[in-house]
Amino acid sequence: MVIDLKEICKDYIQGKDAVPVLKDVNLSVDSGEYLAIMGPSGSGKSTLMNIIGCLDRQTSGTFIFDDSDISVCKDRELSEIRNKKIGFVFQNFNLLPRQSAVENVELPLLYAGVPKKERREMAKEALIKVGLEERMNFKPTQLSGGQKQRVAIARAMVNSPTLLLADEPTGALDTKSGEQVMEIFQNLNDEGVTIVMITHEKEIADHAKRIMYIRDGELSEYSGGETL
Amino acid sequence: MFENIILSFKGILSHKVRSLLTMLGIIIGIAAIIAIVSTIKGTNEQIKNNLIGAGNNTVKIALYRGDGQMDLQYESVPEGVSVIPDEVKKQIKDSDKIKSVSLYRQRSYVDSLYYMNTALNGGSVLGIDEDYFDTTGYKIKSGKGFGKREFTGSVKTAIIDTTAATGLFGGDDPIGKIIDISGEPFKIIGVAVQNSKFEPVINNYEDYQLYNQENSSGQVFIPINSWSVIFKYDEPQNCIIQASDTDSMTKAGKEAVDILNGRLTVSEDSGIKYKSEDQLERAKSLQKLSDSTNTLVICIAGISLLVGGIGVMNIMLVSVTERTREIGLKKALGARKKIILGQFLTEAAVLTSIGGIIGIIAGIILAQLISKFADVPVAISGISIAVSVIFSMAVGIVFGLIPSVKAANLDPIDALRYE
Repeated sequence: MVIDLKEICKDYIQGKDAVPVLKDVNLSVDSGEYLAIMGPSGSGKSTLMNIIGCLDRQTSGTFIFDDSDISVCKDRELSEIRNKKIGFVFQNFNLLPRQSAVENVELPLLYAGVPKKERREMAKEALIKVGLEERMNFKPTQLSGGQKQRVAIARAMVNSPTLLLADEPTGALDTKSGEQVMEIFQNLNDEGVTIVMITHEKEIADHAKRIMYIRDGELSEYSGGETL
Repeated sequence: MFENIILSFKGILSHKVRSLLTMLGIIIGIAAIIAIVSTIKGTNEQIKNNLIGAGNNTVKIALYRGDGQMDLQYESVPEGVSVIPDEVKKQIKDSDKIKSVSLYRQRSYVDSLYYMNTALNGGSVLGIDEDYFDTTGYKIKSGKGFGKREFTGSVKTAIIDTTAATGLFGGDDPIGKIIDISGEPFKIIGVAVQNSKFEPVINNYEDYQLYNQENSSGQVFIPINSWSVIFKYDEPQNCIIQASDTDSMTKAGKEAVDILNGRLTVSEDSGIKYKSEDQLERAKSLQKLSDSTNTLVICIAGISLLVGGIGVMNIMLVSVTERTREIGLKKALGARKKIILGQFLTEAAVLTSIGGIIGIIAGIILAQLISKFADVPVAISGISIAVSVIFSMAVGIVFGLIPSVKAANLDPIDALRYE
């Protein structure tokens, strides 16, 4: 099992009150799964994603990620898990504007301490996989939205992580580019990569093998009738 | 580390104007310090060269009572002080730090020195031995020097220096003329001039005052054997030595003084002693004076560096805020605190180091301009340049610390969400 969430609660402190954002969330994701989490804005899906991505900590409950108990991990260990086991894809790509595509893809390898030459090789391979070998040395400003997202996917996958975590990966893309991204996700999943994707678009979520629905901090299996 | 430096350069180049303005405080501070230090060093070297080079490593030894030099024109020879015999002169010369030794007698400001009716007021008369000219760097310009006859017998011949020649004879040739010293006639056989290496360099009135304690309105040299014709026969001599090199001047002077003092049989409380007047010591005390006045100026320039450092901190804080998203992303990708901290510290250090280097160049140019327009000598010191680079780097690290820690401690979710 890659992800095992048990009775996860998350409160945010607003003034003097604790506002519950996640209420007793239970979720387990097996290796090789392709899961979409849907929900309206303010439902807590970003918070859930931050917890799964080891960027945030739950208020209570246990979270086992790939056999390690996240709640007892130190800051340094969390950095290592994010670096080696999780690949992030964001809605707004989050590429470093002053660095070329290949340099952006190299970043996680840099933090993992991979030597320079090897790093460049691995980054090139990852870019070839998303079909951008010809735009390797382009700066993000010279790339289209879809191309930027593909660079971001290459960056997420360059360390061969256990989990690909995508937050509205098609949110800033036109339909065609979005379809391309979905195709890449499908291929990765076919290769055995576990994917958890957050979206509020039904058509995008339909690409996943399994869909969950979150509303007011409560997570449930998607039955088809929920409003978004 | 190396990659961080390259990244920092890229970052700095992408904000050229801002980076330059940030560096300005550092540039001004470092430039000021380099210019000031160069000027101080130049002045110090000039003092040293002028004073020490001027004497060509000579050290004068004279008899003192307490702190004042004894003037035998106005007082009698004190008991316990005797004429220095040749053996003692040889003994002094035996030191390997001493190149040559001369014994001489001197009257400063002699008022009865005439040629016909022209008086040489304020001129000095020196009774010299055969080594005096060699030791002090005089050479015969016209006429001839003293020979064996003068140094063995008691011959009334004299050599005058060019100042005295002008004072007494105007443009006329002094050779063969008879001058009158305290009522005794002396025949001038030569005119002597001091080797330029021995002459002090005089650039302005202050220098003139500084070096001119020795120079009177002219010097008249007579053989030491003829001294008793006009003055007291048992007058103890002064001694002048030439040290083998500049650095051993002080020691050579001390050795000679010790030998001479060992011969004195004066009572303890008379305070009579031989003392050496060491130009090296004098140069040092003059340098100290110029150093202390300039320490204050350096402190003021240091404040400018401090202000520059605060400017760097301010801009780094802005930069951290601006790059909050970037920091968040890097953290999400697995960058540890250490990496973020290192990145920002390197950037601050690179920024201030570039500022330091520009400051050094500006400082050198400034120093050259000062030397050109204010006519002050400058010497660029390698140490001050090295210290400046290290110091400016340190300013970057110290003042970059707060912004870097702030960046390293950013919460990745807050950072990613930041717009």
